[in-house]
Amino acid sequence: MVSRKNIKRHLKNEWAYHLMLLPGVILVFIFSYIPLYGVVIAFQDYNPALGFASPWVGLKNFMFVFSQPDFVRTIWNTFFITVFKILGNIAVPVIFALLLNEVKNVFFKRTMQTLIYIPNFISWVIMAGILMDILATDGAVNRCISLLGGGTVNFLGNAKIYPWTMIISDIWKGFGYGTIIYLAALTAIDPTLYEAASIDGATRWQRVKMITVPLLVPTIILMLVLSLGNVLNAGFDQIYNTISPIVYSSGDIIDTYVYRLGIQQAQFDVGAAVGLFKSAVSSVLVVLSYVLADKLAGYRIL
Amino acid sequence: MKTKRKKMSILNIMIYSILILAALSCTLPFIHILALSFSSSSAVASGKVAFWPVDFTTFSYEFALKGGKFFRAMWISVQRVALGSLINLVMCILTAYPLSKSKEQFMGRDIYMLYFFITCLVGGGLVPTYLVVARLGLKDSLWALILPGALPVANMIILMNFIRGLPRELEEAAMIDGAGKFQTLVKIMLPLLKPSLATITLFHVVGHWNDWFSGMIYMNDMKKYPLYTYLQTLLVSFEELMSKTDGLDYVKIMQLMNARTGRAAQLFLGMIPVLMIYPFLQKYFTQGLTLGTAKG
Repeated sequence: MVSRKNIKRHLKNEWAYHLMLLPGVILVFIFSYIPLYGVVIAFQDYNPALGFASPWVGLKNFMFVFSQPDFVRTIWNTFFITVFKILGNIAVPVIFALLLNEVKNVFFKRTMQTLIYIPNFISWVIMAGILMDILATDGAVNRCISLLGGGTVNFLGNAKIYPWTMIISDIWKGFGYGTIIYLAALTAIDPTLYEAASIDGATRWQRVKMITVPLLVPTIILMLVLSLGNVLNAGFDQIYNTISPIVYSSGDIIDTYVYRLGIQQAQFDVGAAVGLFKSAVSSVLVVLSYVLADKLAGYRIL
Repeated sequence: MKTKRKKMSILNIMIYSILILAALSCTLPFIHILALSFSSSSAVASGKVAFWPVDFTTFSYEFALKGGKFFRAMWISVQRVALGSLINLVMCILTAYPLSKSKEQFMGRDIYMLYFFITCLVGGGLVPTYLVVARLGLKDSLWALILPGALPVANMIILMNFIRGLPRELEEAAMIDGAGKFQTLVKIMLPLLKPSLATITLFHVVGHWNDWFSGMIYMNDMKKYPLYTYLQTLLVSFEELMSKTDGLDYVKIMQLMNARTGRAAQLFLGMIPVLMIYPFLQKYFTQGLTLGTAKG
């Protein structure tokens, strides 16, 4: 046990550390812990004059929101969009990392990496502007399609197509980043394994199948597990900036719904209830994903 | 043997062409937008513009820079990036350094760590955070864009792991020579940390520059919008902006530009700073990836 004298000695020696942490402790308290407490308004009838001490109404806000067909729809949409985004954001970068790994010309390899990594750094605001232009019914992509003899595709205005436009454009924007992660994992593979396989007469395809892919599996599992915590984050920035009411039926997600209800329409209590539902589910998934990452891939955050 | 080599080279051609196609898909949209921004409205409307301007004109850019709205928003973003990234950096250093100590060296380290780490797992969500910022009277102030994220916990953990990977001898020698903890941090640790500080500062700069959402919810006054929030409003209402800009000949505007060319010009202008630091971003983000997992 730590004795009182011991504590005193520690404090005397280490006061500077406490002082360094003080600003961070205060800021995190104000902007993370008070809002965390503020979720109580999900169970209240929010009154601006009373703030977080508004009258309690139990589960009324939750009952209200879950009885809205619009809201229940957003859960399904969110789930649908994220599941395909997660799968694509793993599969596509893995494929590109494997392809790049087969390239022996260093200059070509570097140039390709540089180019595919660009969209990752461009904000969704800019990307949305670009997508809205090139994917418009008279935009560049539709002109290419008509040159090839296809009909006009309403990428952003057709509820059947809109979620796929979001999924594919998200994968397109982020695959350069993922490719670099997997490529880093590939370069860590011991080259003598390949030499040994060649001597044993393995073909190029056999080497990829028997050496490269199995050694990538831990990284793939890690990335898959870590994206579990994002299952309810379908991409607010992307969807908010490209959505229109015509495609709400398939494209409206929890985050855009919370924003419209909670901030734009100032229904703070209901907005907080949806937010709480979302963060409760997300938190469980995040914790689960950290435990799984530790168990399956030996990855520790702290 | 000969057939085998031929087969290999076909495979190579396929690999190279897939990669080239992907790289083109990541660059051509930007080139197309750039070409649009320098073309006349009639050329754009008739669908003549691909990757090179048609009827070259800089009118869309003149329009963007006229009236000062673009520059005003950009100035707010510049202030925000400078002040915000500086605060992020100071907060990361001040927090990561004590937390890099073991619990024997710093009693209470694990409690503090838990205190910060919990915020990565659970949060109040959008509405309560918004209410706290509004209650504090920060709306319409630059601080609303800076203070809520003043301590980026994830980047702080990256820095902490990096500090833990440094050799301890220098620090111990300084302490034995009687240097205080603040002195050790500033004189000994900071010079050693320069590369990783540069890395996380790049994260923060891009984060502040690219963020538009906090500007949208915390600023009532459109004059206080940072650049990307201003650009976001253009996505929906460019026509309105065109009809509202004073001191311009509307007939001339319609001849030389339309919402598509005008928007393209402003999007491109907003992207320039990111493209300018892209070489550094690429280098340091890749390093950052390995920094974060250094501890393994």
